[in-house]
Amino acid sequence: MVKIKGVSKAYNRKSVIQNATLSIPKGKITSFIGPNGAGKSTLISMISRLIAKDEGIILIDGQDITEIKDSELAKKISILKQSNSMNVKLTVRELITFGRFPYSKGNLKKEDWEKVEEAIAYMELEDIQHKFLDELSGGQRQRAYIAMVLAQDTEYILLDEPLNNLDMRHATQIMKTLRRLVDELGKTIVIVIHDINFASCYSDEIVAIKDGKIVKQGPTCDVIDQCVLKDIYDMDIDIKEIDNQRICVYY
Amino acid sequence: MGYKKKTITLAIVAILLAVLFIFYDLTGNINYILPRRIMKVVAIIITGGAIAFSTTIFMTITNNRILTPSIMGIDQLYVLTQTFIIFLFGSRSLVMMSSTLNYLISIIVMVVFALLFYRLLFRGERNNIYFLLLIGMILGTFFSSFTSFMQVLIDPNEFMIAQDKMFASINNINTDLVYVSIILLTGVVLYFIPYYKYLDVIALGQDHAINLGVPYHYVVKRLLIIVAVLISIATALIGPITFLGLLVVNIAHEFLKTYRHFYLILGSILISVIALLGGEFIVERVFTFQTTLSVIINFVGGIYFIYLLLKENKSW
Repeated sequence: MVKIKGVSKAYNRKSVIQNATLSIPKGKITSFIGPNGAGKSTLISMISRLIAKDEGIILIDGQDITEIKDSELAKKISILKQSNSMNVKLTVRELITFGRFPYSKGNLKKEDWEKVEEAIAYMELEDIQHKFLDELSGGQRQRAYIAMVLAQDTEYILLDEPLNNLDMRHATQIMKTLRRLVDELGKTIVIVIHDINFASCYSDEIVAIKDGKIVKQGPTCDVIDQCVLKDIYDMDIDIKEIDNQRICVYY
Repeated sequence: MGYKKKTITLAIVAILLAVLFIFYDLTGNINYILPRRIMKVVAIIITGGAIAFSTTIFMTITNNRILTPSIMGIDQLYVLTQTFIIFLFGSRSLVMMSSTLNYLISIIVMVVFALLFYRLLFRGERNNIYFLLLIGMILGTFFSSFTSFMQVLIDPNEFMIAQDKMFASINNINTDLVYVSIILLTGVVLYFIPYYKYLDVIALGQDHAINLGVPYHYVVKRLLIIVAVLISIATALIGPITFLGLLVVNIAHEFLKTYRHFYLILGSILISVIALLGGEFIVERVFTFQTTLSVIINFVGGIYFIYLLLKENKSW
């Protein structure tokens, strides 16, 4: 379980996250939703120690993240940011082998190669594993990056807008894969997501953030609610139930 | 041809050039000429190696292929420090103070600057390349203008001595410094070994590196210190050669087409040595000292660079 207690962050005195307290349950998909600039990405970056927090404590399985060794933390929690442009020319397979760095430090052993193969198979990348990343489409590249995170084999996986720039088919493909990771492998996944219908259909828990504050946290059915959503997005969102899924109509 | 074979080819070319440089037209007093030539080759290898090594590390840290320590004005700072010592204590101090001590003082100043640069690099949450480039340009110009300002103020006789001491050009190598440099270089390489494994990952970018468990700030700080010492070594031996680092590292990337830093570092060192040895050979034998090495390097490198731009290689 990830526990966040009284975490705050400000850039140049402008507060981005104020006194956020929440806990992220194990073995579930938790989605962070909220308007642009609400602080979702900042919060997820702080949980994964990409940026330092100003105040508060973040505990992963009871341990303070600032006290765990970097290399040990990398075996527990992984993060994938929304923009992944790289200056390095890598093939898909080479990228995925980087996921084993926390374990291998660059010298991959038999076990590491097995994990790489598993990740490739899981994301169905066999056909394109020897292609260079810049030759791939957005969806393929995103799958390659997720495979790298899979090879890292962490219990907690944080993804910052994994559906960015993906079409419906690829987006659903990614969300189904994430669902499988949770259901089959027991991973804990946290995503920042803009499409509230994807959040509604695929996540177990939703955390709603607005203006740097956590407005609401709870099971999906509690948060996908007309009053709650009006509060977050300042617009009337009609919610229809289709095949037991809550679908938001806001177009 | 794979990157391993390419690296071996480069090594063979470098060795052949070194042999050619030492033994070409070896007439006259061999006992005098041979040690001098060997010393020259050693100095070229140390300088070329240090420039290529430091630039590769620097480009990986800053995650771009334009910024080099020279463009950031770091070698100009070395010259400034040397001038400042003379300005304060007069050239007699430089003569009296052993060149080794002078060398070490300059290196300490360089390391302090590297640490300041580290603060600059991580000012705010994200490093902005254009901001850094701008600061570097300004600092470089500032350092060189300040150097010439102080040189103007110094007594002309002192200046002559100072200039002679400051720029040990390839044809006037201070043998003491070569030995000190070899010792320093060995130390730097030993210090570098534990951080070597992080370079490939740091090349992926800060976020990926932290995600993969690299103690990022700790490692980058130490790598910058290594860069500062390497630049001091190179500048002390031959003097600033602005574009050499930029050229050789980019050529190594283009030629080897790999992300593995072991080969990138080795490759750029070899290319750098080949460029300097070849350039110096041409200067001495073809142009009979009518031109300087940096002109040759910048000319050939510039042509190659334009070729790269025209080829519009989108992959990098």
